[in-house]
Amino acid sequence: MLTKRVIVCLDVRNGKVTKGVKFAGNVDLGDPVEMGAQYYRDGVDELVFYDIMASAEKRPIDIAMVRAVARKVFIPFSVGGGIRNLEDMREVLLAGAEKVSVNSLAVQNPDIISQGARAFGKQCIVLGMDAKRSDAPGLPSGYEVYVQGGRKAMGIDAVDWARRAVSLGAGEICVNSIDADGTKSGYELKLTRLIADAVEVPVIASGGAGTPAHLVDVFREGRADAGLVASMVHYGTYSLPSIKSALATAGIPVRSVP
Amino acid sequence: MIVLVDYKAGNLTSVQLALAEVGHESVISSDPSVISAADRLVFPGVGAAGSAMEEVNRLGLAPVLKDFVATGKPFLGICVGCQIILDWSLEDGRTACLGLIPGGTEIFTPGPGSKVPHMGWNHVGFYRPHPLFEGIPDRSHFYYVHSYYPTPSDHADVLAESDYAGVRFAAILGRKNLAAVQFHVEKSGAHGLRLLKNFCAWDGGC
Repeated sequence: MLTKRVIVCLDVRNGKVTKGVKFAGNVDLGDPVEMGAQYYRDGVDELVFYDIMASAEKRPIDIAMVRAVARKVFIPFSVGGGIRNLEDMREVLLAGAEKVSVNSLAVQNPDIISQGARAFGKQCIVLGMDAKRSDAPGLPSGYEVYVQGGRKAMGIDAVDWARRAVSLGAGEICVNSIDADGTKSGYELKLTRLIADAVEVPVIASGGAGTPAHLVDVFREGRADAGLVASMVHYGTYSLPSIKSALATAGIPVRSVP
Repeated sequence: MIVLVDYKAGNLTSVQLALAEVGHESVISSDPSVISAADRLVFPGVGAAGSAMEEVNRLGLAPVLKDFVATGKPFLGICVGCQIILDWSLEDGRTACLGLIPGGTEIFTPGPGSKVPHMGWNHVGFYRPHPLFEGIPDRSHFYYVHSYYPTPSDHADVLAESDYAGVRFAAILGRKNLAAVQFHVEKSGAHGLRLLKNFCAWDGGC
């Protein structure tokens, strides 16, 4: 049986893993390569590295870091933040990443999704989406797409955007709730489910994980295929084996830690 | 010498790094003379079978790969490299493939709870013993990313199986010195590394 994936997200800023609440107030936590390797040894199913300042600073992704991760981590990992074009995607994938994640870039230039999917295969292209609840007109799902690290509202409906991205060739969608991000009070289940039900590709829920029970909820009620965790493991509150064990006890199929 | 066949359709870096992790240097090449001289061959692949076969043919590698397999030296296909060793693929229309094992590929049908591509960690049930499985527990999890799956016509060529979208499909194919895994062995953690290590120690017999 296909298992539900637990993915650890490492936000990287100035070469350090960092974590903020609602995209602000970041503190540095450690070296991304070492932290990634430790999570790999602990049995994480996948890793995501976001270079959170690359876009704002208009500089490319730190390829040396991607290469270093690939030497130590033998599970899939994706890289996002700072992908500017097809050439950046190629460089990241050739450095050993399994997938690239595009977020703001795809909103501004949706063609990058189809170009990437044609060049490298759909499975390589993850659409990252930051969404926030909104009552504004023209947003049937009640969720609006944001770009630039949650700073800029785009007036685009989150579910519409997910459908469009998949039709363009996105192989997976990572849905990040700005409302839930860093709160540790649970994933945004309604948003996750709306998107999981709307598309045929796997959906990764992101934002709000604080306990293993939140993962159980997002796999059951949110119908997510994978759940992103950060704070709950970065601060040592939970270990990967304890999360996997809690999920297995709740009847969620998970990969056993070798 | 281990040679990774470079036909512009695989993440060769990841496979090379995984082999290095288990103590084996490898060479990436699309040169027929280098490929023919290899002690063992790894044939990775991502993307679509049609474009992969186009590239194999453009580089003139089809006869080189067939001749290599005929020598009895160990051969390992990975992902799309596990599909295009069959006779045909339904991907990109009906594409003629290498025909190293009789059969073809089919596509998963998406349904409730089964998205396509099949992406993530799934168990692999060993169907018969094989030197590649040494030290790996039956029903261990391996990492998959694929929409098409191999359908060999002779079940004797199936070494291991997985289940997805209501289908029990061939996860590992094997015939004499030829083995091929549908999952990404290079991204499958400790079990994947062990399988690669076993491949490097395998004499091609079973």
